[in-house]
Amino acid sequence: MTLNLSNRPILEVQNLKMYFPVSTGNIFKRQTGEIKAVDDVSFFIREGETLGLVGESGSGKTTIGKCILQLNQSTAGEIMFEGQRLVGMKQNELKQIRKKLQVIFQDPYGSLNPRMTCGDTIGEPLKVHKITKTKKEYQEKIASLLDIVGLSPYMANRYPHEFSGGQRQRIGIARALAVSPSLVICDEPVSALDVSIQAQIINLLESLQKTLKLTYLFIGHDLSVIRHISDRIAVMYLGHIVEIADKGELYTNPLHPYTKALLSAVPIPDPLKEKERSRIIIEGELPSPLNPPSGCVFHTRCPIAESACSTHIPQLQEVSPNHWVSCFLTPGYK
Amino acid sequence: MSKLLEINNLSTNFSTPRGILKAVNNISYNVNSGEIVGIVGESGSGKSVSALSIMRLVPDPPGKIVNGEIIFNGQDILKLNNSEMRKLRSKDISMIFQEPMTCLNPVLTINRQLTETLELHLNLTPKQSYERSKDLLSMVGIPDAERILKTFPHTLSGGMRQRIMIAIAISCNPKLIIADEPTTALDVTIQAQILDLLKTITSDIGSAMIIITHNLGIVAKYADRVLVMYGGKIIENSPASDIYYSPKHPYTLGLLRAVPRLDAPIKNKLATIDGTTPDLTESIIGCNFSNRCEFSIDKCNQEQPPFSIVGKEHYSACWEANKIPKP
Repeated sequence: MTLNLSNRPILEVQNLKMYFPVSTGNIFKRQTGEIKAVDDVSFFIREGETLGLVGESGSGKTTIGKCILQLNQSTAGEIMFEGQRLVGMKQNELKQIRKKLQVIFQDPYGSLNPRMTCGDTIGEPLKVHKITKTKKEYQEKIASLLDIVGLSPYMANRYPHEFSGGQRQRIGIARALAVSPSLVICDEPVSALDVSIQAQIINLLESLQKTLKLTYLFIGHDLSVIRHISDRIAVMYLGHIVEIADKGELYTNPLHPYTKALLSAVPIPDPLKEKERSRIIIEGELPSPLNPPSGCVFHTRCPIAESACSTHIPQLQEVSPNHWVSCFLTPGYK
Repeated sequence: MSKLLEINNLSTNFSTPRGILKAVNNISYNVNSGEIVGIVGESGSGKSVSALSIMRLVPDPPGKIVNGEIIFNGQDILKLNNSEMRKLRSKDISMIFQEPMTCLNPVLTINRQLTETLELHLNLTPKQSYERSKDLLSMVGIPDAERILKTFPHTLSGGMRQRIMIAIAISCNPKLIIADEPTTALDVTIQAQILDLLKTITSDIGSAMIIITHNLGIVAKYADRVLVMYGGKIIENSPASDIYYSPKHPYTLGLLRAVPRLDAPIKNKLATIDGTTPDLTESIIGCNFSNRCEFSIDKCNQEQPPFSIVGKEHYSACWEANKIPKP
């Protein structure tokens, strides 16, 4: 697909594929198949915006994040970050890039080292990248990072177990911000948190984006949270992006049948509206990525599928300005 | 409608190295037969412990039900001995747990796990219970029941396992089903399938249900009544048709405002509830929400507000209940 750009993209992903080999046999191991976790995905992120990447478990959202961070060696495709090719980059060049490219993980319990104090955790990237020169500067930087994520500087000497889930997520954010990145990949940063804490973290991420001019790739499965924080949204299903659109457009005029079903399944805290809503229940379960359906990957569960859907693969196509969809049955799709 | 379950002044404590933790602190509520009650609260609010107390499954030690009555079908189940309690569990009250991954036994076939309850409580022969298991699986929407019965849990997806859990829970037509976060571990589309299934099945077999969740949205469509828990206490109890439009406790209001909603215009900033949940080992004078509450007055820090009636079948524990605005 070709992209018309109005604003310079900070990240461009083209035809990204990530296949994980599956092997059987104990002594004579041989590859018997591959899991197509991400299959031919293209998208871009503009400077300063938030792209929401939404999908159910197993749809490949986290794998895309890891491919961008070069934590997974992608099978095929190009990843351009600030004009540089990330795929095949040497380790020492990659180290420089990682100053600009950071990640916030989902699990605030598993992503912090229990034997390092909060200050050491935040300070590690400062040491690795030799950002601070003196000890005094190092400590001041940690204090100021703690301050911007809403923690008190005296907490630097505490260990992770002394913090609550929300506070730990703040430490994870401070660690990501320590090297002043330009793009932050937020991999479900609020899904492990309670509702009232979730709102605090979302507000924090939004205000940091404004003050530090950050770009976010926000991965999530909660459509209402994604709608709140994103500018544009990409919907994933079984390793494919099935729809990309601006937030307002996607929620008022969803085109792909999967997006429609996903939106109708989100509960709304209002009993009267809930009783009036018609829900599109999609039958069955996510097919195995080891043996994905032929043609359109969604055709096995799609309420409107036709025979052509099982033989031809629909490509992502721009059906109206900035609204891309991959479904043959969408009006305007050629 | 008749009262099926009546809980009076129930308190459950845990002894911890830091002192007594009051996980459930003097709660009372009723469940009528055929009714769906939603219990909403954040982690640590005591919602799961209150459900485990009804099942008498609180691990003892360190946990202990220290006070109260749980009257089910006219008898106080806290007075039953262990063997009487075993006859009640699964037969009259059954429970669906949150983690479909860990709640099935990995080394037993699905058939074995389903027929165990049937043979134990309904005295069916293995052949009869096998037939009944097949019926149950088709009731919960699992095609190809004969093949599934022979398999082990690890071969099934999360949604399928949760369906098996539901099949086990409804196998003896219980009068009360307690579903503890039945869809938290599942995706939204599967969540919708499972909740619709639970709703139809309970109305088909005429049982009552308690759904425990942390998401007010989930119970909006299904619950007849909603209870909100905070810090081990029930702070609001209201018909579902009322609580979403005129909450009478600041915590409920906070919960409603903190969730981004698909149907509302996008705000720049989400409303938050500042601070964190109270430490349940400390005894608090007055209302335990007052330090996070935007409506608190001096009285809130001195005297605990009573659980009093504020509307039609609508109860709230707040001194300023009538000053709470609409969400």
